[in-house]
Amino acid sequence: MSPAVIGGKTTTEFGYNSKIEGEVVHTTVDAALNWFRKNSLWPMPMGLACCGIELMAVGASRFDISRFGSEVMRFSPRQSDVMIVAGTVTYKMALAVRRIYEQMVEPKWVIAMGACASTGGMYRSYAVLQGVDNIIPVDVYVAGCPPRPEALLDALIRLQNKVAHEPITRDLKRDVAPDKYGRMGLELGAQGEVLQRKS
Amino acid sequence: MPTSLELAGQLREKFGDLISEPLEFRGEITVTVANPERIAEVCQHAKTALGFDLLIDLSSVDNYGDDPRWTVVYELSGLGHGQHVRLKTSVSEERSELPTVSQVWRTADWHEREAYDMMGIRFSGHPDLRRILMWDGYPYYPLRKDFPLAGKPTLLPDTAFTQTAPLEGGPFVTLPGGKDSAAREPRVRTPEE
Repeated sequence: MSPAVIGGKTTTEFGYNSKIEGEVVHTTVDAALNWFRKNSLWPMPMGLACCGIELMAVGASRFDISRFGSEVMRFSPRQSDVMIVAGTVTYKMALAVRRIYEQMVEPKWVIAMGACASTGGMYRSYAVLQGVDNIIPVDVYVAGCPPRPEALLDALIRLQNKVAHEPITRDLKRDVAPDKYGRMGLELGAQGEVLQRKS
Repeated sequence: MPTSLELAGQLREKFGDLISEPLEFRGEITVTVANPERIAEVCQHAKTALGFDLLIDLSSVDNYGDDPRWTVVYELSGLGHGQHVRLKTSVSEERSELPTVSQVWRTADWHEREAYDMMGIRFSGHPDLRRILMWDGYPYYPLRKDFPLAGKPTLLPDTAFTQTAPLEGGPFVTLPGGKDSAAREPRVRTPEE
């Protein structure tokens, strides 16, 4: 890249100048790993209600989530990085959501898309979990009923910014898996069954 | 082509006092079946002799505070004559059981499972009377009038759990035909209002 002259000062748009630095890039391990991670966050599409339709729109050509490296919707939790919970989480579905989250490999993130996934939305009833953060930790909440596709893209960009600043090397030294997730604090056994909650 | 009223009359001719006088409201015919134990027999006759080959819906009503508590409603229709007749039958809370019509119309299978799941009415002779919406082992019947809208907490290890939903002062009630939009919109209203 050739230097550009802006306002009398010589600047380069990127920190890497192949003529000067050859094939070598100087950076930190954290920055490099985070850069790899944040530009290919593969979603686990947890489409549970009408928000799932907007999630499909985000994946389609008009909004095109592949601009952010997240076009690979993986229907296997083993291959996913970010779970997008799109829709109403009923109690009947809640433990399936939780179990799929448990099956995702670290590092993993969660986007709660829409009012229902964030808080239960308009469903104040016996059948609906009042926010998916009761059972799994949520990184980004998206408002809307359902949110516009741009709002989900904004959430993805915010998540990328969060991922870009995670202290990976420090986290690697400790056990990153928390003993229990969510405000409800339910713990699952080895077979995915709910153990009695420690009060 | 027979009308709904004539078909209801034919049902009454066959079963006599078991079937009430047809009640017409807004062009729809409703008859009441006095004895819920004979509902399957009436339905079988309606299907084979009167051409009601389609069960549109089967639903249940909770007349909370009244006796008998339950009303089961059958919406009958025939593709041949295009007529519609509604059958109603009442079941006491102590009994809470009546014969299945899933042998008459197979579609009644899931409708009866839903009525069982939500209201707790059992259908004797049903081939597979399990919950259909809530999970197996859920201890309540949530569409009953005495079940709180916010739900009750449960914790079933292995299957599922529930907590009471925060209602924030609700449930929110509309006043149909209210004089202004503030009255018509859903608001927190105490029963005295």
